[in-house]
Amino acid sequence: MSELAMHEMDVLRQRLAERAAAEGLIDVSYRLVDSPVGQLMLAATERGIVRVAFAAEDFDAVLGTLAEKVGVRVLHRAAPLDAAAAQLDEYFAHARQGFELTLDHRLSSGYRLEVQLALPGIGYGHTASYKEMAALTGRPAAVRAVGTACATNPLPILVPCHRVLRSDGSLGGYLGGLEAKKVLLDLEQDRLADPSS
Amino acid sequence: MTTNPAFELVVRRHGPSVLRMCTALLGPGPDAQDAWSETFLAALRAYPALAPGANIEAWLITIARHKAIDILRANHPVPMDELPETVVLPELTGKLEMLESLASLSELQRKVIGYHYLLGFPYAQIPAFLGGNPASLRRAAADGIKALRSQHQEAEEES
Repeated sequence: MSELAMHEMDVLRQRLAERAAAEGLIDVSYRLVDSPVGQLMLAATERGIVRVAFAAEDFDAVLGTLAEKVGVRVLHRAAPLDAAAAQLDEYFAHARQGFELTLDHRLSSGYRLEVQLALPGIGYGHTASYKEMAALTGRPAAVRAVGTACATNPLPILVPCHRVLRSDGSLGGYLGGLEAKKVLLDLEQDRLADPSS
Repeated sequence: MTTNPAFELVVRRHGPSVLRMCTALLGPGPDAQDAWSETFLAALRAYPALAPGANIEAWLITIARHKAIDILRANHPVPMDELPETVVLPELTGKLEMLESLASLSELQRKVIGYHYLLGFPYAQIPAFLGGNPASLRRAAADGIKALRSQHQEAEEES
């Protein structure tokens, strides 16, 4: 396609997404953002942010899963994710420790959801072990299940599964790759930027 | 496959070829763009009910055909019979990408072929849109089809 044709297509797609939104025809809106841990895909339903995905997960595959589990009417539309994108920017710029966003947890259920709901209890810059999370959620023997809950967290970064480590302090696993987990942990160890400077 | 692909992937995959079809029929500009928008908006409304694994391309062509006819009707308030029957050019069936080769034809050839084979108008009705007479339009279509066929054969021999 020529550059002009590509531009025309972009304009038409954007116009389609706006009209679709006005008619309430969108199940899932998504957009991409750049970050120090690579490109991220953010997706939202009318209830809130439903998914944060790392490039390693293959964005098109994630769109397919969203179509299957939430609804096939998935469209690129940035506006519903502007607040999330801005807060992530602030987080990566050391200007934010927690997120004030409405989350849609529909992709998780059962014990996994319970663990994921407990994760924000680990404060910024702190870590907990899988074992501690198991104890905290009232199932001290469920260490492996905590690992699974972290590995299947549909809302990484916003729900801080990166703050869960092995008891010996080693990293354990991470959906976005261990390098990403290390970047996030290091970031949270740095001094918060002084807002007055 | 238990569900159809995310609609975004449908737009990405078929958006450009549907626009080429609309442009071939309505000329470049606002009419073709409107037909494209109406096509995908109607498709989006109906998409959750589309059977998984359906031929999405054929489905979109059918919707685009109706939208293009709506726009032609609005632009040419001439008496028009019932919606014409679809007579899809065999070489074009399931090969929306082939529409690209329509661009190489003259504007008259492209439009007559579009109106007759994609929209299904009989030659007797096409002068209402394009002027001329049925016989000359039929000749233009025949020349265009001949050119498309030889292009298609060349493409096949190359591959």
